[in-house]
Amino acid sequence: MNRRESLKAIGLSVSTVVLLDACKTNPDVKTEDSKIVAEPGRQTYEAERDKHLLTEKYFTDHELATIMVLADIIIPRDEHSGSASDAKVADFIEFIVKDEPEHALPMRGGLRWLDVKCLNLYGSEFKSCTPQQQEAICSLIAYPMLAKPDMLPGVTFFNKMRELTAIGFFTSKIGIADLGYNGNSPGKWEGVPADVLKQYGLEGV
Amino acid sequence: MKDIQIKKSAEVYDIVIIGSGAGGGMAGYVLAHAGIKVLMLEAGPFFDPAKDSAQLKWPYESPRRGGNATRPMGDFDAAYGGWDIDGEPYTQKGDTDFKWFRAKMLGGRTNHWARISLRMGPKDFKCYSSFGAGDDWPITYDDIKPYYDKVDRLIGVYGSMEGMENDPDGIFLPAPKPRLNELFVKKAATGLGIKVIAGRGSVLTAPLPGNKDRGACFFCGQCNRSCKIYGDFSASSCLVIPAIKTGNLTVITNAVVREILTGSDGLANGVSYINKNDMQEYSVKAKTVILAAGTCESARILLNSKSPQHPNGLANNSSVVGKYLHDSTQTGGAAIMPQLLNRKRFNEDGVGSLHLYAPWWGDHKKLDFARGYHLEIFGGMMMPSYGGYFGFEGTLVPYINGYLPGADGKMKPGGGFGKSLKEDYRRFYGTMAGVGCHGTDIAKEDNYCEIDNSVVDKYGIPVLRFNYKWGDEEIKQARHMQQTTQEIIKAMGGIPLGQPVGADKNYGLDKPGKGIHEVGTVRMGDKAGKSALNKWCQAHDCKNLFVVDGAAFTQQSEKNPTWTILALSMRTAEYILDQKRKLNV
Repeated sequence: MNRRESLKAIGLSVSTVVLLDACKTNPDVKTEDSKIVAEPGRQTYEAERDKHLLTEKYFTDHELATIMVLADIIIPRDEHSGSASDAKVADFIEFIVKDEPEHALPMRGGLRWLDVKCLNLYGSEFKSCTPQQQEAICSLIAYPMLAKPDMLPGVTFFNKMRELTAIGFFTSKIGIADLGYNGNSPGKWEGVPADVLKQYGLEGV
Repeated sequence: MKDIQIKKSAEVYDIVIIGSGAGGGMAGYVLAHAGIKVLMLEAGPFFDPAKDSAQLKWPYESPRRGGNATRPMGDFDAAYGGWDIDGEPYTQKGDTDFKWFRAKMLGGRTNHWARISLRMGPKDFKCYSSFGAGDDWPITYDDIKPYYDKVDRLIGVYGSMEGMENDPDGIFLPAPKPRLNELFVKKAATGLGIKVIAGRGSVLTAPLPGNKDRGACFFCGQCNRSCKIYGDFSASSCLVIPAIKTGNLTVITNAVVREILTGSDGLANGVSYINKNDMQEYSVKAKTVILAAGTCESARILLNSKSPQHPNGLANNSSVVGKYLHDSTQTGGAAIMPQLLNRKRFNEDGVGSLHLYAPWWGDHKKLDFARGYHLEIFGGMMMPSYGGYFGFEGTLVPYINGYLPGADGKMKPGGGFGKSLKEDYRRFYGTMAGVGCHGTDIAKEDNYCEIDNSVVDKYGIPVLRFNYKWGDEEIKQARHMQQTTQEIIKAMGGIPLGQPVGADKNYGLDKPGKGIHEVGTVRMGDKAGKSALNKWCQAHDCKNLFVVDGAAFTQQSEKNPTWTILALSMRTAEYILDQKRKLNV
């Protein structure tokens, strides 16, 4: 149905102005920072909310720099793909703590806990520690079953940091290619390939 | 000039339909195609999947990567609305925690659903006679079968012919093949004596005979985003938009209905509503009113439609309106399958509905509960995303990588970071599978929604208050669901992703409302004193008022309700046409 048909179809008792408003196709509107604020299939409040969150800043520069170092320790570059910072994971984390505010305080407090722990252990904030020191402190908080009780705040923080890093990375273009996800394109689904069925002995199932 | 006015339209419509979802959409489709002038009022905006669907978007096209912050089923899900809508609250009685999902938009809740399209069976319409629980409907399967058949042909549904008595076959398009993980579940369930068959879903796995407006499925697995080529069923693409094209259906969007108006003769004569665009009050006149605002909203509108002729609310001489609210029971379980680590990659999106399904297999005579549930089987290499019901499956990896040997064959502590963890994310991708259990809730008078006169929404309309408690029947069923799920996971060699819970947590039974299958608030029945509607979905107390959404159900079954809503609405629309010819309404 084209626009004119939709217009014709909608509302006889409604004034023309309202009618035009009601079924406006909402062409994409670009703001000064060229972020889209209105698009088909989205409610105005959603677009406004996104725009607001994208302009607001939660983390300090120091916190963001620390997040970037940590994210690359969690997901470094390897022979298959780039690192968390290559996939701009810090940008995702900055957005998601505003979008889902329950992450904000645990992240901020956790980063501070880490800095203070490093100051006490190594005489330096986390991001300025040597790579060996960074890896050593991460090892104390990255294995929940092995961690000492006084490391528990760090474990809780690292769990969240690791989770957000993995989400940010594996939902990026780089991360999706790394996982080898092969879909999201029109095709014909004809079932599991024969060689795979054979591999698992599921031919007759 | 005054700021607020009531604008009355002089035109009298043959029929005004409230709501544009499965029930309202089908009524509009049938009546508009029969040449009747129909007005449809929809509380939300216009939505055309061809233009508005987020189909084929990548997670990185969303700043929240598909997350749930503004849409409970993910950023790309088609439904506007959710469990909580700003300015439109609902309240709870006692320790009730009923969840009310609302999708305020053209097509209503047909926008986000899984397109699972099941017929109720002969025993389901005679629940009391067959199982000794619940009530019998005033109609039989044979009464509704011709309409199920017509819905199958009109909309399209895939499935396999099985010849099962209480799970009737339809007129099926070819069923899609299962995904790899789903085959493991099927093998395990079959070994436990549970018959697993092809899913049944309203997705065009082949072109729909006689329909040139809809394209065939191209297998992106994203039905919940709605389909740009109309390859699946949404009330907008398959019913309302085609009805508009006849020239006989007019839709007013953003029209929030306040009440159904009645005359001194007690008959419905119009509808009053607020237009969200200008926040003005409107009323329209109608010879017949069809209500299909959604099970709970329909009850709310009737209860708020009080008049000297209907002091207890409209269609409510029996006082049953709002009562017998019942939603599907649901629980389930998921597992990681170690044998699938490092599995071969291929496009496994499939369809966005159900590939495999296990109809209820139990015999109530051998069980301590009367009614059953079915299994919905899932798993595969899904698009990595943060949204939806499951979030990002990779978040589990650091919690389970300590239970299996690493790529080097050695055990290591769970958790970690760096190249070895990155490799684990890769190894575990696509290894999850599970089952969802969805069952029958016996309708109870004590489970209800009612008007909470102490709270109004932003339009000044009194809101609903819920009272809902799972019964013994449902809790015993949940215990059985949990046992079944655990047995299947064990049989397929999976690592369960949750621990079993006990009676204190109702064996994992989800909160009422979470099934989004709530029905029964304006139930049909033969006796006017014990039901609100007759067998034609026509109000006992107001003959030109019909209710054609899930509210009309006497008693649901373990089958998802949409296909029955569509068939009932089509049947009622044809009855209205017949009655109009006879000048009865």
